[in-house]
Amino acid sequence: MNLIAQLPVLPIVVPIIAAPITLLLPPGRAPHLWASLFSWLTFAACIALFMQVSANGPISYELGDWAPPIGIEYYVDLANALVLLLVSGIAAVVFPFAYRSVQLEIDERQTPLFYGALLICMTGLLGVTITGDAFNVFVFLEISSLSGYALIAMGARRDRRALTAAFNYLVMGTIGATFFVIGIGLLYQATGTLNMADLAQRLIGQDNRMISAGFAFILVGMGLKLAMFPLHLWLPNAYTYAPSAVTAFMAATATKVAVYVIIRFIFSVFNFDFAFIGAAFTYVLLPLGLAGMFVASLVALFQEDVKRMLAYSSVAQIGYMLLGLSFATVEGLTATLVHVFNHALMKGALFMAVACVVLRAGSHSIHAFAGLSKRMPVTTWAFIISGLSLIGVPLTVGFISKWYLLQAAFEAGHWYAGFLIVASSLIALAYVGRVAEVMLLREPAEEGKYAMPKEEAPLSMLIPMWVLVAANIYFGVRTDLTGGIATRAAEALMAMAGGAP
Amino acid sequence: MGEVSPALIVLLGGLLVPLIPNGWARNIFMLALPVLGAVQLFSFEFGDYGAYALFGETLTLTRVDGLSRIFSTIFLIAIALNVIYAWHVRDPVQQAASLVYPGAALGGVLAGDLVTLFIFWEIAAISSVFLIWASRNRRSFYAGMRYLAWQIASGVLLLMGIVLYFRASGSLAFGNFLEAGFDITDPAVLFILIAFGIKSAFPLLHNWVQDAYPESTVTGTIVLSIFTTKLAVASLARGFAGAEALVYIGAVMTAFPIFFAVIENDLRRVLTYSLNNQVGFMIVGVGIGTPLALNGTAAYAFCNILFEGLLFMAMGAVLYRTGTVKGSELGGLYKTMPWTTVFCIIGAASISAFPLFSGFISKGLLIGAAAKEGYFWVWMTLLFAAAGVFHHSGIKIPFFAFFAHDSGKRPKEAPPHMLIAMAITAFLCIFIGSAQIFSGPLGDPLFALLPFAEDVAYQVGKDSHSPYIAYTAPHIITQLQILLYSGLAFAVLQKTGLYPPELKSTNLDTDWFYRVPGRGLAGWAAGASRATWIALWGIFSGRVQALMARIYNVHGPEGEMARSWPIGFMALWTAILLALVLFISFLA
Repeated sequence: MNLIAQLPVLPIVVPIIAAPITLLLPPGRAPHLWASLFSWLTFAACIALFMQVSANGPISYELGDWAPPIGIEYYVDLANALVLLLVSGIAAVVFPFAYRSVQLEIDERQTPLFYGALLICMTGLLGVTITGDAFNVFVFLEISSLSGYALIAMGARRDRRALTAAFNYLVMGTIGATFFVIGIGLLYQATGTLNMADLAQRLIGQDNRMISAGFAFILVGMGLKLAMFPLHLWLPNAYTYAPSAVTAFMAATATKVAVYVIIRFIFSVFNFDFAFIGAAFTYVLLPLGLAGMFVASLVALFQEDVKRMLAYSSVAQIGYMLLGLSFATVEGLTATLVHVFNHALMKGALFMAVACVVLRAGSHSIHAFAGLSKRMPVTTWAFIISGLSLIGVPLTVGFISKWYLLQAAFEAGHWYAGFLIVASSLIALAYVGRVAEVMLLREPAEEGKYAMPKEEAPLSMLIPMWVLVAANIYFGVRTDLTGGIATRAAEALMAMAGGAP
Repeated sequence: MGEVSPALIVLLGGLLVPLIPNGWARNIFMLALPVLGAVQLFSFEFGDYGAYALFGETLTLTRVDGLSRIFSTIFLIAIALNVIYAWHVRDPVQQAASLVYPGAALGGVLAGDLVTLFIFWEIAAISSVFLIWASRNRRSFYAGMRYLAWQIASGVLLLMGIVLYFRASGSLAFGNFLEAGFDITDPAVLFILIAFGIKSAFPLLHNWVQDAYPESTVTGTIVLSIFTTKLAVASLARGFAGAEALVYIGAVMTAFPIFFAVIENDLRRVLTYSLNNQVGFMIVGVGIGTPLALNGTAAYAFCNILFEGLLFMAMGAVLYRTGTVKGSELGGLYKTMPWTTVFCIIGAASISAFPLFSGFISKGLLIGAAAKEGYFWVWMTLLFAAAGVFHHSGIKIPFFAFFAHDSGKRPKEAPPHMLIAMAITAFLCIFIGSAQIFSGPLGDPLFALLPFAEDVAYQVGKDSHSPYIAYTAPHIITQLQILLYSGLAFAVLQKTGLYPPELKSTNLDTDWFYRVPGRGLAGWAAGASRATWIALWGIFSGRVQALMARIYNVHGPEGEMARSWPIGFMALWTAILLALVLFISFLA
């Protein structure tokens, strides 16, 4: 048994063993170092896995040597290798970043619990992505969600509203997970299997109410998890009141993994022969994607709280992903995958910048950002560059996303969608511009609640943040990783679903 | 320096500005950037440099040819002059923006393909807004936001046009779209044309200029006035030379701002109208599209940047010393600002195309090209507009600022660095305007830079009355007739008291200039177009305000969309959506 052969299981096994050990460590520095170390090891494993998949094609791994469909199968192709890389990569950046922010926002006695939960959350997200077993998706989804609720609730030390936010998220997340498991149950009833590849085989030719209902439950359940408009209501509060580092991690990863699950189910389990897939594209994903793009952007425009503004912006950005998906073309799917990756980079960096401001100013209200360029220039520019990326300015990843999305919209003949994409990025310009103006041109508060010392965030936060900012620019110039891999992944998925290439 | 783009030298250097210690060190660093850029530019032979790959396409960062070289040259000169003029500014945001934005415009002019053009187009849009915001008040913030919306709208239209063009032709090359076989009404090309049109302030797409530019700082307005519109002109000249529609669009542009300029009191705003009118001349040249016309466009852009900049600098100096540029509050400043007065008059003489000044050389090319190609009405319009320019820029600006009734203001002369910048600019205006007397048209230094430099020798050899030969008796006499009659009329009216210093009666002499029977017509035209505009704007802005209020009610922090809803409500939504999806799935 060599390590390379066991590669697919490492991203799960390594952190899930490390997580309980975190609890035994003394509070303070140790849990943080431990968790950071394992986030890097996991990232390394994911890189190796990605290289292997991109060179040799999809990998199927039988857990405990139980052959599928009886045993659990891990199935890695380009689409989920990209998402694995993303989740572990964001973790590898956010975990080291978290230390000072957590020191301020969380009781020191809770740090082993906090980092343990963070590792478990990451493992859950990776598990959801890597597994080829439908029920296993549910299990990992619950693992990531339960730890996620706990992490959000830890924000209560600074703001008690974190408790209600976490509770609401708990209820809604559970409804979503329940819907999802009901959907899986219906499929199991119809086919007698839980393995995705096997499900896809046995579903061929079956088109009955049970399958339709199963699909509906899975779509709505995952729609809740990914904060599809109008099921997004849990998200703004959860992201606003969670500890800063948690927001940076979850905003960049949790919803993206849910988007991936929907893609996986639509393309690898169901296929285009089912009439309800096309109907869901046209009547659910397309209109809700568009509505989300506008409603959430407009709400973001008027927010007085920067963290909350970014949370609403996330809902709008998910609209773009659903829109690309709803075109049901290789281009559209490519655009969605590219944007899943790119949006994680920009939102991660933006929430990290907010975390830096919270550290020094103690608030994420827009008033705390007044004259920030004089107090924290390095953080200010990180925010501005990532903000430009969010708008879609050339040389940043946001532009690449917009480019693919526009191509896809025109290619699919959705002219009006092209215009709407452009129009909603103008709203993004307005809400980012508003913060930029406050940071660059207003005078900082000298006294009162928002007064703060002229002191930059510590290097332990600046370096990880700028790594993400640099990634925003690097992947905005070199598109072969995102664009190239996403195109290949989309072509493979499309071939599975039997759609037009 | 290898194949480094001159644009990147200025742009990246501009980003470094805040890191240099404030004061002389920073100023000298800023001045070195355009100089280095120029050295690099002229070390290139004609050709493509700095290839890079994006989306699997090979793109060209720097394309040096006749058209891009003349625009880059004048851009670099203008950047250097602006640095000198703004020597006293100590605001890092403004200093960086006044290099990054021109650097981006330079990059756009040098861009060898559409994607590179778009990238610089967007950087220019975003960096320039900081010059407007640099006034740091609510008014300039909202003006900047409106400006940014126009600029980004132009950018996204360009992007959509590029995507469509790429799909239709499979190429990202930036050449003449008409020669590539596209009709101007093709959506791909039309999007690109409108994008260019917004930036060059086509009629009805022009309002952002008057709205935003005068809100900037003393030095910011000068920088803004130069680059955005000229980048658009250069792009039009590359993509749309010979598109006949542009002849008429340009002709309208030369004429309509005159009415607004006449009734405007803020002298910097008068200059922004004059900017529209000047760009109109260049666009007519692009539309005609012959080598002579394109040479005229390039030469006119070159000269215009200098004399329009000189006028803006003079008004900037007035604003800097007195705190106002309202025509009704100024007057008599020549007593204490003699040098500024002289420079302003040189700028005014150049823009009015007096012989010996640069406008005389370059405007003749454009008007000559229109006559040569048989555009009679366009030619008439250009003459009309040329006279209008003399009125609102040539007379109104210097007269109301420096002479007219004595306002009692006794400001100090402009600071030395401003005077130096203005002196160099004024020297260039005269040098370009009179070099031909000594060198002849074939040795003219400006003509050597023209995009179709070989056309000069060809035309001059063929035709002794070619527009390239500026100093011929008919040309000088025609021009002097127009100017002297205008001056005479002005003097007579002034002496007989028919030209009171109040602004409303300035309508009077426009009648004389344009030989329109009845003094009412010009006033009526100005009044009517203004009233129509105000009415339309009132309806529009009323609607917009109502819409914004509605949006705010729904989406604002207390609105339905942004509220923290109770959990049952969220669950209800989930149930509704589930019902909907089930319904759709069963039906499908």
